[in-house]
Amino acid sequence: MMTIVLAIVIGAAFGFVLDRIGATNPNWIGRMLNLTNLHLMKTILLAIGVASVLTFGGQMLGLVDVGHMSVKTAYVGVFIGGLMLGLGWAMSGFCPGTGVCALAVGRIDALFFVAGGLLGAAAYMLSYPVWKDLGVLEGDKITLGAIPGADYPAAFPDLQGDLAGLAIGAAFIVIAFILPRRFSRKKAPAGTQPAE
Amino acid sequence: MVLNWKYGGLALGLVFFLAVLLVKPIGVSTQFVILDGILWDMQNPDIVTQADDGAYTSTNAYLAKSDGKYAKAVANPVNYSFIFVGAMMLGALISSILRNSVPKGERMVPAIWRANYGGNVLKRWLVAFAGGFIVLYGARLAGGCTSGHMMSGMSQTAISGYIFALGAFLAAFPTALYMFKEEG
Repeated sequence: MMTIVLAIVIGAAFGFVLDRIGATNPNWIGRMLNLTNLHLMKTILLAIGVASVLTFGGQMLGLVDVGHMSVKTAYVGVFIGGLMLGLGWAMSGFCPGTGVCALAVGRIDALFFVAGGLLGAAAYMLSYPVWKDLGVLEGDKITLGAIPGADYPAAFPDLQGDLAGLAIGAAFIVIAFILPRRFSRKKAPAGTQPAE
Repeated sequence: MVLNWKYGGLALGLVFFLAVLLVKPIGVSTQFVILDGILWDMQNPDIVTQADDGAYTSTNAYLAKSDGKYAKAVANPVNYSFIFVGAMMLGALISSILRNSVPKGERMVPAIWRANYGGNVLKRWLVAFAGGFIVLYGARLAGGCTSGHMMSGMSQTAISGYIFALGAFLAAFPTALYMFKEEG
């Protein structure tokens, strides 16, 4: 019961924030990916940095349970699937999470995205044995460094994983600050700027 | 109005952190499979079955993998991850009501699309549908999407997260640069 309450609270907070940062808006995604307005990229980089610093900082202080981590397997299909997701993401301006949220805020094109997504997921369910036989789904759950208390193999075993996580988190935050909002000198169209 | 990136990034980062602190890292794309499984099992109840020892399995190899983890979620939709996605929709809806909802024309065809390809709704909807197909097929092949691999993955220093992000942006930047020359 408690887990369902948490699902509702954290899920609603996530959907709320995705909407507030412009991620449910395909215009903001499109302008980030065609490199005309990197505001959303700065938001995402800062978010990854903040989450990373809090997670690993909390682990080092003993406040965050290492057992709550869930590292996914690295295999060839991750890269192929990533390429596919990138293509469809740029075409549509939606990814799975922002697509369902865009549908919820009343975007009709997001309804078609979600319908296509359900069909795409079904197609994968049927074709899964083919990929499995190709051997591109084999791999390990690897992290960058060795994380104390977790038994994930490390890409760099001599690297202390929690320190590496802190450092990389800090690097994401620095990049978020350095990255310009726009590359082009052309002024942004009216109504495409965030609140200060 | 969109939040300034400093506040927005902090808020989004806190949500990802809270999820790890309290339960587990956020992920979304699996739930498309679970909903497919639920619909499929409604059509044909033999798809997901439960053995006498309580273990779930499926005639579909993907639902049956990892000791029937997905089959179990299909049989029990009131679980954390599935409810989570429903709650995301609720949260986004509340936010949009509070900030003034999306204008009608924009709901049909977003501005950036209109600036490049005009207001033909069918064209936009077709591309959104095809995009959705490719995104979810790719996400399932990769074992996660933007939230699970890119955000949750990279904030845990998972190598899979970096590989995924590399692939996604390698395809997304050229595609968007080619398709959306007008900013909109």
